[in-house]
Amino acid sequence: MIGAITLLLGCQLLGELFIAATGLPLPGPVVGMVILFTGLLIRGGIPETVAKVSDTLLRNLSLLFIPAGVGVMLHLSLIEREWVGVTVALIGSSAITVALTALVMVGLKKLSRAGGEE
Amino acid sequence: MDGNFTDIWVYLSASPLLHLFLTLLAYLGGQKLYERLGMHPLVNPVLLAVIVLVGILTVTRTPYLVYFEGAQFVHFLLGPATVALALPLYRQVARVRKSLVSILFSVIFGSVLATGSALAIAWAFDVSEATLISIAPKSVTTPVAMGISEKLGGLPSLTAVFVILTGIIGAMIGPLVLNILRIKDWSARGFAIGVAAHGIGTARAMQVSEVAGAFSGLAMGLNALATAILLPLLWQFFF
Repeated sequence: MIGAITLLLGCQLLGELFIAATGLPLPGPVVGMVILFTGLLIRGGIPETVAKVSDTLLRNLSLLFIPAGVGVMLHLSLIEREWVGVTVALIGSSAITVALTALVMVGLKKLSRAGGEE
Repeated sequence: MDGNFTDIWVYLSASPLLHLFLTLLAYLGGQKLYERLGMHPLVNPVLLAVIVLVGILTVTRTPYLVYFEGAQFVHFLLGPATVALALPLYRQVARVRKSLVSILFSVIFGSVLATGSALAIAWAFDVSEATLISIAPKSVTTPVAMGISEKLGGLPSLTAVFVILTGIIGAMIGPLVLNILRIKDWSARGFAIGVAAHGIGTARAMQVSEVAGAFSGLAMGLNALATAILLPLLWQFFF
């Protein structure tokens, strides 16, 4: 288990180092994900302990957003002032994005199948 | 008696233990209720936990920074959890390879749409400039969104709030929107939720279908990349 945790943190650390070195405007953990993904492709499988630790983390992904979410209390006065615009923007934009992105993806998949692309 | 209780409370709230415990307890409570109500998308466990915690902190007059001293241990795990998203992605690699071109086009489309539509609506409601900048990266996973916001001159902590709210909203209404549109393809459903509602949407997708979860995680990662590159460029162009 400690090995798996070390691996996850190691990938994240490599990601952070990569960003510090290149100055790219990306988050370290996302680069870390790419590094781990590449590693799994090369190795051709997921070690059992890594699977156990990662799946436990991912099953409880919602938990990890709670501390940042509670930060809403820092901005209650601003949100009180602009809540209408903010609410409409967040709900409207989420609905539009989900709907159109899904439609575009379904359409593109149909197109590429019709075009004989793999 | 009352004095004793206050003493104990003062002692407990000074250590990170209490707020770490409360965070886990609120999550477990929210999760239980969510399961009991048949995992309906409108009962979001993150939202329930946040409401309960903000209520407790307000009543006990606890500043957020004191709370965060305990909650930071949970917050820290966001990094390794993001790295762990490589696993569902790897398990679906054959499926991803098959629709690689569709995936890349969809994520660029979704990234521009998510930021553009939020900016357009917020601007139409004449919100302040700080709010406008802070809301732009709202569909991107928290750490990246905060970085983008800071770079453009927004308020990173406000962005974090918009990101979480977006995730909750996307996880709540996303499945309903997709049902109305009769989209049954799990990969497209997961992908759209991941683009719009990052990790919170992914958490929901993962519970419903392994395929949806993997594509949601993939969309979340790619959208973070696309938005981190595109938004600062487009911003320079328009403002």
